Amino acid sequence: MGILDRFLRAAHFSGGVHPDDHKRPAADAPLRVMPPPARVYVPLVQHIGSPARAVVAVGDLVKKGQRIGEPQGAVSAAIHAPTSGRVVAIGDIVAPHPSGLPVRGITIASDGRDEWCELEGCDDPFALDPAEIGRRVAQAGVVGLGGAAFPSAVKLSGGLGARVELLIINASECEPFLSCDDRLMRDRAAEAVDGIAIMLHATGAREARIGIEDNKPEAIAAMRVAVAGQSRIRVEVIPTRYPMGSEKHLILVLTGREVPAEGRPSDIGVVVHNVGTAMAVRNAVRFGRPLVSRLVTVNGACVRQPGNVEVPIGTLAGEVLAFCGGLRADHGGPARLLLGGPMTGMQVPTLEVPVIKGTGGILVLDAAEVGEGEGGPCIRCGDCMRACPVGLLPLEIAARVRAGEVEKAAGFGLVDCIACGCCAYVCPSRIPLVQFFHHAKGELAARARGTQRNETIRTLTRAKAERLERDERDKAEALARRTAASLAAATEAAAAVEKAAARTNEESGACA
Amino acid sequence: MSGRELFMAAPAPHAHAGADVGRTMRRVQLALLPATLFGFWVFGWPAVNLFVITVAAALLTEAWCQRLRGCESRLWDGSALLTGWLLALSLPPWAPGWIGALGGVIAIALGKQVYGGLGQNLFNPAMVARVALLVSFPVAMTHWVAPLPLGSAGAPGFVEGLRITLGSMPVPDAVTSASLLGHVKTELSRGVDLAQALDAAGGTLSAWHGVRAGSLGETGALLLLLGGLYLLARGVIRWHIPVGVFAGLALPAVVAHALDPAHSLSATTHLASGAVVLGAFFIATDYVTSPNTASGQLLYGLGIGLLTWIIRSWGGYPEGIAFAVLLFNALTPVIDRYCRPRIMGRTRRGAPIRATQGSAE
Ligand code: SF4
Ligand code: SF4
Repeated sequence: MGILDRFLRAAHFSGGVHPDDHKRPAADAPLRVMPPPARVYVPLVQHIGSPARAVVAVGDLVKKGQRIGEPQGAVSAAIHAPTSGRVVAIGDIVAPHPSGLPVRGITIASDGRDEWCELEGCDDPFALDPAEIGRRVAQAGVVGLGGAAFPSAVKLSGGLGARVELLIINASECEPFLSCDDRLMRDRAAEAVDGIAIMLHATGAREARIGIEDNKPEAIAAMRVAVAGQSRIRVEVIPTRYPMGSEKHLILVLTGREVPAEGRPSDIGVVVHNVGTAMAVRNAVRFGRPLVSRLVTVNGACVRQPGNVEVPIGTLAGEVLAFCGGLRADHGGPARLLLGGPMTGMQVPTLEVPVIKGTGGILVLDAAEVGEGEGGPCIRCGDCMRACPVGLLPLEIAARVRAGEVEKAAGFGLVDCIACGCCAYVCPSRIPLVQFFHHAKGELAARARGTQRNETIRTLTRAKAERLERDERDKAEALARRTAASLAAATEAAAAVEKAAARTNEESGACA
Repeated sequence: MSGRELFMAAPAPHAHAGADVGRTMRRVQLALLPATLFGFWVFGWPAVNLFVITVAAALLTEAWCQRLRGCESRLWDGSALLTGWLLALSLPPWAPGWIGALGGVIAIALGKQVYGGLGQNLFNPAMVARVALLVSFPVAMTHWVAPLPLGSAGAPGFVEGLRITLGSMPVPDAVTSASLLGHVKTELSRGVDLAQALDAAGGTLSAWHGVRAGSLGETGALLLLLGGLYLLARGVIRWHIPVGVFAGLALPAVVAHALDPAHSLSATTHLASGAVVLGAFFIATDYVTSPNTASGQLLYGLGIGLLTWIIRSWGGYPEGIAFAVLLFNALTPVIDRYCRPRIMGRTRRGAPIRATQGSAE
């Protein structure tokens, strides 16, 4: 590829930030595999979409990989036992969420044997029908491992109803501190590329491009070796800039094309999957192994032995940290416990939260890493605007939200905000911009629901009013007839009976 | 690891680039420092006194207003200090102390706090105060003195300086002078040729080296330029506004000077004299009162430059940048409305771009 060619293709997005990546030394530490803990706590919703339905009962013995949650609805994912053992509870467990509120989940006491159930693999995935691959991926409960946790099968086999030309593998891993994709590519490049080839087959795309940020030279080298001989899969080195891993930004950088606002990548014939997902797809299709564990980066100044760990789903964050040597008390002690990366990850209130399919990192940061500081009013410096990779005016949106004018905020492009956090990251006044936007989006959604509900109520009220009116009318008519009838009867009683009157009387009786 | 409160949910992102308002203000102050010290040297003790009084008045007013409004004190973010500083730089250096004090009060109370404090004001507070003073006290505000560097013969000592500032000692007539632009304006109106007028005022050169009559911020243009370049290098400001101001002023000046050299100042004189450099780098770039986007800033800068040239050429005042800045402050919301960035995936008008299915090359 000539320099000119490179230059011409080097599309980029404006904005974005360059946070300290903090990836090493965790990224360089060898991968560790964590044995199943005594108990796993498996939430029934670990994905975007409807929760799964428990299909085991308390007391049941389960094998590793056995299905314990059935997907419900078109967008949902199956849940499997992360290890063998006995179901000891089905009920509330602490959600991996800032609220720490409970979610429904299945608790399994491990029997220590970690025994797989019977698995249905396939020696030649490329002989399978793409739809069949989709089915197997769905069976295995695979969701996007980049964080969004969207059920992969839906995106994989034409579930979005558009023809896919290009498969983009997101291996940018732009979040600071996280290195699980990096580690995966360094250690298991051949398997990852096999997974990508299977995905290529399933999507029917002509080619696949793997986007890796240039701060991961080892991963780039390993993947280059692994794709050698695969004519339709290419490794693309992209600049290190947050949020490179945002789907739409990655597509722009790799293809020079923009996804229409309010649209999906498939609108321009592209589908994006995370590199970790490719691995999970391979396991699902080749070996029939469902998604019951994942790579998690354990990092932050407060972690004694930072690194990447393969963790059974449902393991509590505290146990993973203990596996990594526990926490250190120097550095002024832990300031924040996060699931995910520092830019978009969430703070959780306790160590008792389970790792789920979308958990790419467990970070325990000290105060310096969090960079806490004093806030203040907006000075309209415009830094947030320059940092916004979408081209929004965060300061204007925030001002509208603060004034309670969410509709006006929407007019400034609130719906296009990807909640990447670049704006708040640079804001000298430390205004919680992303929080404002979340709040406003919630408000808008609530209003939309409210409008809908009002519509419904209005329709129902109208229907009821009409029904009441109809009833009234019927009653009045009946009354009138009865009155007429009794009058007629009285007349009859009082005076000589006329045949015609008697006939009327009969008729109205029949009608009433 | 213990208390739950340790992990009270804070919103993402859980990282920060480290910028804060105080740092920005300190950088601007650092950039102003050389020119300010130079001004102290050129105009001696009365200038120092005036500076101290103006800044103190600004700070006290800020503290007082914040108390009145019952909000927590944010005195040390440096914004009031900066406002007072910029105002002091735009006053005649030997102006009586009450001018500085009144200016400081007007700048903070009327220019900023009545709008709700930092970030809420429509107009640049320092310029509001300067213009208010100029209109109310035209004599005191146009009473310039010739440079009398500290330590030179005839320069007032500390006590004399204090008496000048406090108004108990009149400014000696011999010292009174006119600023370059003021001088040129008067001379031109008397029918004197521009070349002669400039010669009498020490020529364009004096405009650059700065040892001449004028406000603190008018002299030392080179040092202010240096400070401005520092701000650019530090990313505190971007180039669009200064370049816009310079271009907006220089382009018409070049044309007019070519057409009528006897009556129109050259672009160089325009740029080097008056408070253009101060205005372009330090005043027009005020975050709060200038547009946000690059295109908006360029437009705004050009407008200020052009308007300054118009006022200087045809207006009643020899210097026009303060008026120009205030007018364009008022236009900032309009500029902001029309100069918005394009949102990704949308056209400039905001509609989603058309999806083009096909080759991804
Ligand atoms: S970065 Fe913060 S202070 Fe600056 S304009 Fe944006 S919201 Fe205001
Ligand atoms: S969070 Fe939204 S507004 Fe802020 S930088 Fe990201 S996309 Fe822009």
